[in-house]
Amino acid sequence: MSLAVDLSYWQQSTIRGLAVLIFVILGAGTFVIAFLFKMMSYMQSRLGPMEAGPHGSLQLLAEVGKFLQKEDITPENADPHLFRAAPFIVLASTFLLVVVVPFGPDAYFTNLDTGIFLALGLSSVSVIGVLIAGWASANKYSLIGGLRAAGQLIAYELPMVLAVVGVVIQSGTLNLQGIVAAQHEGEIFGWGGIGNPYILTQLVGFFVFLIATQAELTQPPFDMPVAESEIVTGYITEYTGIRFLLFFIGEFATAAVFAVLASTLFLGGWSVPFVDLDDNVMNIAGPLILFTKMMLVGFLIFWVRFTFPRFREDQLQAFAWKYLIPISLVNIFFTMILKVAF
Amino acid sequence: MPKPKIPGLFTGLRITFGELMKTLFPKGRGIKGLIPAPTIGAVTVQYPHESETPAPRSRGVIALKEENCTVCMLCSRSCPDWCIYIEGHKTKAPPRRPGGKERTVSALDRFDIDYALCMYCGICVEVCPFDALFWSPEYEYSEPRLADLLHDMDRLAEWMETVPDFEDYEAGSAAKVRKVPR
Repeated sequence: MSLAVDLSYWQQSTIRGLAVLIFVILGAGTFVIAFLFKMMSYMQSRLGPMEAGPHGSLQLLAEVGKFLQKEDITPENADPHLFRAAPFIVLASTFLLVVVVPFGPDAYFTNLDTGIFLALGLSSVSVIGVLIAGWASANKYSLIGGLRAAGQLIAYELPMVLAVVGVVIQSGTLNLQGIVAAQHEGEIFGWGGIGNPYILTQLVGFFVFLIATQAELTQPPFDMPVAESEIVTGYITEYTGIRFLLFFIGEFATAAVFAVLASTLFLGGWSVPFVDLDDNVMNIAGPLILFTKMMLVGFLIFWVRFTFPRFREDQLQAFAWKYLIPISLVNIFFTMILKVAF
Repeated sequence: MPKPKIPGLFTGLRITFGELMKTLFPKGRGIKGLIPAPTIGAVTVQYPHESETPAPRSRGVIALKEENCTVCMLCSRSCPDWCIYIEGHKTKAPPRRPGGKERTVSALDRFDIDYALCMYCGICVEVCPFDALFWSPEYEYSEPRLADLLHDMDRLAEWMETVPDFEDYEAGSAAKVRKVPR
């Protein structure tokens, strides 16, 4: 199957760039409105924003408009170039993460042989942006926040990678399309009725991945780097206006991307059971299916976020190194044994 | 058999999810219960659109029963913020019984409360020995100009209509419930 129109390289690139932009804005917007504004309020028996648009649905536009109007302040002692560049580095890692996600049999940005490897590598780039933001602000709270974020992101990168390794062993490929196909055609101990979404056989990996995602996003209960009761807002303290908005979009867009990655790795991605993988319909239905799965995973992430209080810094590190990493290593070990046995 | 202990982490998740369901679907089971109705389920009162019912004994504004005031100045002196301004003069009143002596009484010239200063401690209401000051639950009297928050005698007397009756004391209480002078 090929597209009827032939596009030159720059046209394709423009369309891809726009599609990534749309995904980031839509993903972040949906998560903010559906979860941060509404679900969180309902969980606290509140209503959330109600004035802008029906049930406050246009509140996000008002917020963005507000942030765009605000003055973009660079502190006097800050390193101006690094300070201004930092939010873009954080956002760039989010944009690049979207690139590897497949949305359908032909609907993808790039189909790399080592897609998930690239995704995990790129997700670490945001650490650099956060560290730069913390350092360049010339503010003690920012610096402490940046260092905490770096320590946390590095600590939770490991269990995330190890959780993914379990999936990679089971599917036998690093290609995300391959992982989707492996789940669609897979068998659970010889029974192939609904394929094998890896959440069934890699349940431990799924939860380790979700917990690590939570920590990567510096969301509660892992929000030590932005703990407002101790260090104002950590590395975002000195940011105002559009640069604060970039950090904000980055956080929720990354949440959306990680939710999409989790649904690709563990919930079967854009495929559904009983529908042929190469079916042309999937190019249109695939993104919608993936969106539904993304909302499900997003619900889990934000449910945890709005429920638990913050971990202490030492508990946070101990949780990663003493529990999550050993658990995911054991998970890999058993996956290997079962992979060889069956 | 002891009940199996559910870890606190899961209890927390159950509670937040339960609250979400209670807010979204407050109408219970059945077909009607499937329609999300958060405006009914949430405890939020959408203030400018619907008004809130103040709690019993809530302190909104202080009302003055002008006739009961004897210009004793107790309220003014006990006010921590010095936000009560009182001026008065002595006048003669007719005798109580025929043939008696003319009485000397105090009349109010000015009784102002500056709500820009008032901190709603209620000491003036407590200290008034002549039942002239009362709490009213009205709270909608903000002004664009700060100076307009100074309520004069007439304005304070108008609040008197909004003063609710005192609530009954606990069962078995020896004290009688005070009456609000109407």
